[in-house]
Amino acid sequence: MRILPPLSKVGVSGRGLVVTLPYLWLLLFFVVPFVIVLKISFSDVDLAIPPYTPLLEWVGKNSLAIKLDFNNYAFLFTDPLYVHAFLNSVKVAFVSTVLCLLIGYPIAYGIARATPTTRNILLLLVVLPFWTSLLLRVYAWIGLLKANGVINNVLLALGVIHEPLNMLYTPFAMYVGIVYSYLPFLILPLYANLEKMDWQLLEAAEDLGCRPWQAFYKITLPLSRNGVLAGSMLVFIPAVGEFVIPALLGGPNALMIGRVLWDEFFSNRAWPVASAVAIVLLLLLVPFMMWYQSVQARESASAR
Amino acid sequence: MANSGEAAKAVPWRDPNARAYVEIDRVTKSFGDFKAVDDVSLKIYKGEIFCLLGASGCGKTTLLRMLGGFEMPTSGRILIDGEDMTGVPPYERPVNMMFQSYALFPHMNVEQNVAFGLKQDGVPRGEIAERVATMLDLVKLGGFAKRRPHQLSGGQRQRVALARSLVKRPKVLLLDEPLGALDKKLREHTQFELIGLQDKLGVTFLVVTHDQEEAMTLATRIGVMDHGEIVQAGTPSEIYEFPSSKFVADFVGSVNIFEGKLLEDEPEYVRIGSEELGATIYVSHGISAAPEAVVWAAIRPEKIFMSTAPPASTGHGNDNIVRGAVQDIAYLGDLSIYLVKLPTGKVVRVTQPNTSRHAEAITWEQQVYLSWDTSSPVVVTR
Repeated sequence: MRILPPLSKVGVSGRGLVVTLPYLWLLLFFVVPFVIVLKISFSDVDLAIPPYTPLLEWVGKNSLAIKLDFNNYAFLFTDPLYVHAFLNSVKVAFVSTVLCLLIGYPIAYGIARATPTTRNILLLLVVLPFWTSLLLRVYAWIGLLKANGVINNVLLALGVIHEPLNMLYTPFAMYVGIVYSYLPFLILPLYANLEKMDWQLLEAAEDLGCRPWQAFYKITLPLSRNGVLAGSMLVFIPAVGEFVIPALLGGPNALMIGRVLWDEFFSNRAWPVASAVAIVLLLLLVPFMMWYQSVQARESASAR
Repeated sequence: MANSGEAAKAVPWRDPNARAYVEIDRVTKSFGDFKAVDDVSLKIYKGEIFCLLGASGCGKTTLLRMLGGFEMPTSGRILIDGEDMTGVPPYERPVNMMFQSYALFPHMNVEQNVAFGLKQDGVPRGEIAERVATMLDLVKLGGFAKRRPHQLSGGQRQRVALARSLVKRPKVLLLDEPLGALDKKLREHTQFELIGLQDKLGVTFLVVTHDQEEAMTLATRIGVMDHGEIVQAGTPSEIYEFPSSKFVADFVGSVNIFEGKLLEDEPEYVRIGSEELGATIYVSHGISAAPEAVVWAAIRPEKIFMSTAPPASTGHGNDNIVRGAVQDIAYLGDLSIYLVKLPTGKVVRVTQPNTSRHAEAITWEQQVYLSWDTSSPVVVTR
């Protein structure tokens, strides 16, 4: 407490510090790297360290030249590979979101309607996978899905199939991996929304002539809309740029933008193109993020 | 008042041939070992406002929920207009419920809330609009059709809930603490509105409440519940003036209860010696109790006279007269409550209307005489 009075004399208040620190953090670890990436995306490939041309160059003695190279962006839209990868990523993310919703809604609903004791256990079970690293869990899926993996062996032993199913390195395996990994991100916000529901509304609906499924469709579903949107965004946004899961489970045909980015960066050492891909990906996701923010704002406004 | 027209109307509950509109027939509801409702039988007649009155946890809400179909009786059955409701789900019952929390749909406006039940029943569009408009006018919410529930005051929400549950013209309307969330002034006003509405629509009301004043104002009959049982059912005045037990006397209104023993037990009168009171109570009607039995005399505070001078004898010596000292006074404006301590240590509650603005006030520590009519005490044996 003794250092605070002198600080306040120079115009630094405790409240100001509390607000400033996270902003400083964001500035240092988000804005600065973003500006660097943006800068690289306008430069050219060079055989140097780092492998791109500088943006600013001294020309002569007293003039500083800025060289913006838009070729990287033009290249993205002329080469069908990138457009294709972008579209495919959006498709995969969308399908995964729908699958997560179909699986996650009943789970979130079940948790919200459980007794408080069971509820805590169920929530713990949802969060439990986070205690292990994502990479390990995705590797575990390889063990489950591969030709001589657990699932094939069990099915063979039971006589359901006579030769191993080809599951690993297919879109199926990729969807399994994405849905499995992102499911908690959908369940948790949806649960938080459903948990606030006044279940008496369902009784009122039934009293007024609704069968239980009609009450769900007319009352629960519209009232959980914000939870559905929030959860879906939390799956969709990161799934668009997902790299690890398609790379490990999806096989060579899984053309996703995250993977293109990786290849450009590490295999081709084309940092400028990779940066351009990253910027376009970001711009693509900004509308969704803004939508998510407005949904969140509405959600917290309605909670009051 | 609901019961002012009683003399003119035929009273179905006194007519053994009257057909019950709602019949609760030996209904029990257990949750594990706990019997929330214990062997309750009750007949409610068409056009009644029947109030289930009891403290929280007495089983009144469970009973109401069984009528609505949200709970199924463990044993016994419920008939509504002659139809057995066993196994009939809420959405097929000819009753509607007004929930304590109102349970208005927050994502719909007033009009949509009220229209919800009619839409569900597939009533034609034009008819829905007409019935909703009529009902909103009836509850004086004509100008609020497009508002959302959160834009309404508590009283307005209550009326939307009422309109929503009445618009389907249910045979019986179930009301769970209908006025519980309103403040006192509004509550009084709404009570009379509710009675007026019920009179106009002729719907049978079954009201659950813990507020005895609410029950007294609304009800044609009250059923007092305790521990899952209906301990007494009758008109408000029957319940108040002729309580059948200490519990009912104490629960409905305030009362002074004196424990005593029967000294004389004649067909026309009884005398009760009460050590607690330090005097003998003379009651001008006979009772049925075993001789020498322990009985309780219940006397309402407003039926006790208080004076500084010795009162004229009631004609039975010193019976029904005690002395005491004023211990506490609560001035409520229209009346005052006096707590008078008797030499035995028992404190007696007396209320007196403040009829004069400049009355010679009885003050603290003053010695007073308390007396009452021979017809005032109610003698109960349990």
